[in-house]
Amino acid sequence: MTQDIDYRPRPYRRRISLFWWLERRSYLLFILRELSSLFVAWFAVFLLLLVRAASQGPEDYAGFLDWAATPWVLMINVIALAFVLLHAVTWFDLTSRATVVRRGGRRIPRWQIALGGYVAWALVSVVVAWILVGA
Amino acid sequence: MRARSAEPIVWLLFSAGGVLAALFVPVLLFMFGLAFPLEWVSPPEYGHLLDVLGNPVVRIGLWVLVFLALFHWAHRFRYTLYDGLQLRHLNVLIAVLCYGSAVVGSAVAIYLFWQIPNGL
Repeated sequence: MTQDIDYRPRPYRRRISLFWWLERRSYLLFILRELSSLFVAWFAVFLLLLVRAASQGPEDYAGFLDWAATPWVLMINVIALAFVLLHAVTWFDLTSRATVVRRGGRRIPRWQIALGGYVAWALVSVVVAWILVGA
Repeated sequence: MRARSAEPIVWLLFSAGGVLAALFVPVLLFMFGLAFPLEWVSPPEYGHLLDVLGNPVVRIGLWVLVFLALFHWAHRFRYTLYDGLQLRHLNVLIAVLCYGSAVVGSAVAIYLFWQIPNGL
């Protein structure tokens, strides 16, 4: 009796641990950066809750601020802020690597593009804070 | 090989969301998530907040921020699940759940931004 053996080559696949991202610092940073998106989504939900409360009246707005001051929500927002800052810093860094701008035949150096991002970030932050508090 | 793929479109949404999130989310989250609830800074008066939110430019701008932030999450989180947890075999299910949530969230957002009263 002959056995049917499949002699066609199969691609070799290394088994990768489910925790591969703990093996190196750069892998960990990668996965943390990817996870920052969860907190960007949390912010969208948080903003929508604020908008809903504000639409319903002054009591609901005050209620929203009280809810935001509870320990759990504060803790989530502290963590979220850390992740969102990681996102912003890594994003401007990445943009400056990926963007090629030429002026007069010369490539604009990376640090200038990154600086542009950080300046825009600072301007936006100041204007938003001023609209909310100062005006 | 598929002739067409939606990948460039969702990547564009991811990328645009990344820019807007980097620019706008830190300050807004700091103010509404920490500074106002803890009263480091006194929160805006209700009337002033409503004036700001009711402004058509702010209303549409914030909606765009929510829409792109959700798609940014959907696209990035989809690949986090693929790579981080090695769930490639659940490809279709994960994509539907991620982008589906972003679509539903954006629709709810249209309704909520629509509901904001036009000033006092």
